Amino acid sequence: MMTETARYRLLIVLLSIVVAILFVLSLTVGPADVGPWQGIAGLFTGDDSLIGLVMREIRLPRALLGLMIGATLGLSGAALQGYLRNPLAEPGLIGVSASASLGAVIAIYTGLSALLPLALPLMALAGALCAVLVVRLMAGADARPLSVILAGVAVSTFAGAMTSLALNLSPNPFAALEIMFWMLGSLTDRSMTHVWLSAPFMLVGWLMLASLGRALDALTLGHETAASMGVDMNRVQRLAVIGTAASVGAATAVAGAIGFVGLVVPHLLRPLVGARPSRLLFASALGGAALLLAADILVRVVAPGRDLKLGVLTAVVGAPFFLVLVMRARRQMA
Amino acid sequence: MIRLVVSNLSASLGGNTVLRDIAISVSPGEFVGLIGPNGAGKSTLLRACLGLIPSSGEILLAGRDLRQMAAPELARHVAYVAQDRDIAWPITVEALVDLGRQPHRGAFARPAAADREAVEAALQRMDIVKLRSRRATDLSGGEKARVLIARALAQEADLLLADEPVAGLDPAHQIALMQVFRALAQQGTSVVASMHDLGLAARWCDRLVLLEGGHIVADGPPATVLTADLLRRVYGIEAYVAEAAGGLIVQPTRLAQTGIEQETSRDSTV
Amino acid sequence: MMFGWCRRYLVAGVLWAAFPHGAWAGEAPHRVVSMNVCTDQMAMLVADNGQLYSVSYLATDGSTSALAAEAKSYVVNHGLAEEIFLMKPDLVIAGTYTTRTTVDLLKRLGFAVEEFAPEASIAEVRTNLQRMGRVLGRQQRADELLAAMDAEIARLQATKVPEVELALYYANGFTSGSGTLVADILGIAGLENLADRLGISGTGQLPLEALVLARPDLIAIDANGERGPALAKQNFSHPAFRAVAAQHRAVQLDSRYTICGGPFTLIAASILQQAALKLDALQLDTGK
Repeated sequence: MMTETARYRLLIVLLSIVVAILFVLSLTVGPADVGPWQGIAGLFTGDDSLIGLVMREIRLPRALLGLMIGATLGLSGAALQGYLRNPLAEPGLIGVSASASLGAVIAIYTGLSALLPLALPLMALAGALCAVLVVRLMAGADARPLSVILAGVAVSTFAGAMTSLALNLSPNPFAALEIMFWMLGSLTDRSMTHVWLSAPFMLVGWLMLASLGRALDALTLGHETAASMGVDMNRVQRLAVIGTAASVGAATAVAGAIGFVGLVVPHLLRPLVGARPSRLLFASALGGAALLLAADILVRVVAPGRDLKLGVLTAVVGAPFFLVLVMRARRQMA
Repeated sequence: MIRLVVSNLSASLGGNTVLRDIAISVSPGEFVGLIGPNGAGKSTLLRACLGLIPSSGEILLAGRDLRQMAAPELARHVAYVAQDRDIAWPITVEALVDLGRQPHRGAFARPAAADREAVEAALQRMDIVKLRSRRATDLSGGEKARVLIARALAQEADLLLADEPVAGLDPAHQIALMQVFRALAQQGTSVVASMHDLGLAARWCDRLVLLEGGHIVADGPPATVLTADLLRRVYGIEAYVAEAAGGLIVQPTRLAQTGIEQETSRDSTV
Repeated sequence: MMFGWCRRYLVAGVLWAAFPHGAWAGEAPHRVVSMNVCTDQMAMLVADNGQLYSVSYLATDGSTSALAAEAKSYVVNHGLAEEIFLMKPDLVIAGTYTTRTTVDLLKRLGFAVEEFAPEASIAEVRTNLQRMGRVLGRQQRADELLAAMDAEIARLQATKVPEVELALYYANGFTSGSGTLVADILGIAGLENLADRLGISGTGQLPLEALVLARPDLIAIDANGERGPALAKQNFSHPAFRAVAAQHRAVQLDSRYTICGGPFTLIAASILQQAALKLDALQLDTGK
């Protein structure tokens, strides 16, 4: 027991260090020729120099969003898996991201978000909320892996099709091309405006999901046993659904749908936290932040000037994982 | 004070009435066996007593209305061992048993001495000390069952409801479990366990409640419930019933011809 | 019923295709359909009254076409084979990159199709203009247009401009480097292209932070909203871009002048040259 706890603390410390290093690295990587020390100095000097402008208005929001969105995806993946008792649950796979994209697309391309900026995260939240509720309803009380994934496929496909429809119907000639951003996600040239718009929703979502720890531990033994152990299942459902919708909705509204982070990170970290859902939450948040920051750095290093989409990289890592997990689930069902 | 008082209880699942007009009470230190054929409503009755399914009628727990109690408070009064032994994640046996201490701890509190003692006692009682560092998902069915019961014991509630706890256990562990329940009862805990093994029920329980078709057919000491006549009528079996080795022996021998005929003729009229 | 209808048209098509109906050698086509926004505009400039029957829908869109107003007096097509077929043109004009399957189908049906490649320089604009004159039997009109273009080019090149570096910054952060029509007209206007300094050739991405640090004297953007919002032009409202645009002056360059090559492309050159001339010497000194 003690050793497991000690190992967990060590893991958290290590992950925090990795995240901190990647965050700084993210600040120093970019197409413009800015030396690392020069850049970090420009961040703090607060003068109007062009380097300060680049650091504060372009690279800082990008690194911040990488950190926050990665943490959101990791945390929500861990929370959804614990809540649905299913290692395949993930905001991308069960259609939450795609539905949040749809909400954001409607908000932006109808011009609603130009009138009222808050409409963007709110519409994305509404989209995400619908997805979680539909998957929850379709999956049934025991949330078997197969039914969760099938429900997710249906929701994702539908939301994806509706997103293309909304973009096709837009009179703007650029709109149709922007399906790539909404399906694969990117952090290129985001600004502090995006940070301020999405951060409050993500924070509220994190708090809700983080408060689920004990309940998720109890859910290891099933819904009825958890309920008999003093877990208020209605409250848990509310927190899981709204917490996921708020955080993933806000993340998707500013960066598009980024897949697989929420699947890969909890899966990698689970053995390291003794498989305890409560411990997996914080660890996955850190792991998600690390993975997304790393992916966003790679995007800039591997193909500079091509605006490679983040989802491409996360899919390259994530798809093989998914296949392995599906095979394992199939073996268990057999 | 009587631990559990159920009166006038009815419940329906999916439009079918599964329990009707149930009245039962459980006193401190009682080990009650809940018996009856498949579909008689044993599991449903246990679930209703925990407030897990909607029901009508009165359920008093420690003298208070169950439906007025908040979930954490309920958990300090009653522990539950579900029939379903699905464990979602490969947590260690020790961590699993420790989950039983959740109702006693604050949201972010660390395990206190009392928690550790309760977990140790439960591990020892269920003979799983050696398994403590194993992954719960890697265990055999019987081992899992014992670990899950240990979890409920660690909860230290004064009422324990167990749904078929002996299913899948080997004879030695079946008897060991019965001894654990007896010992708990002697210490003042009330235990209600549903079971199919009439031999075990006859030998170890203080009292048996026989359910059939959602209502109680008999309620009393094993010798008054496990009569050849009732067994023939409710289960449709002939059984050898005798007093031996300081207890009641019940051994089903064959199907009762008349019972089955009765069953089929009744079905055909429905 | 449905079948009969289809067959009637098929038979009609085959019969019709079997007889010579294209432009006879030496005789100008008299029912021309253009399917591409660039050939649309060139054909509108060169064609005789009544010679051009239909242009594509993009030609009527003010954000992509310099001759949107003129285009409204023609029948509009959407580049669909069926639609073009029913117009019974004796000449179809198309771009080499767009509506490929439609063009192939029309050729198989026996239509005369002339394809024009998009222009990457003013020299290619001249070539295409001359070819359009030949194809439509309007060489004289094409020569007139060319003469006017040459005069305008001479005027632009004769104008003395200060040493000004200009950044072309489009939607989605794209820019034009060497080998593109816009880069060519920058040369005619006497301006330096930031893309050359950054080593970008062709159409490529100009990262926002590279633009900020490069400090060009002028930034040419098309910030005019299309109908309906999109993310493509979010880069113009980025705080970092706004800070730089305020310091360095952004000049509005409607992309309808630069999407296609034509005499109107020189309007873009003139706009950029005028903007450069307006920068006073003081600003240029402190700008670097």
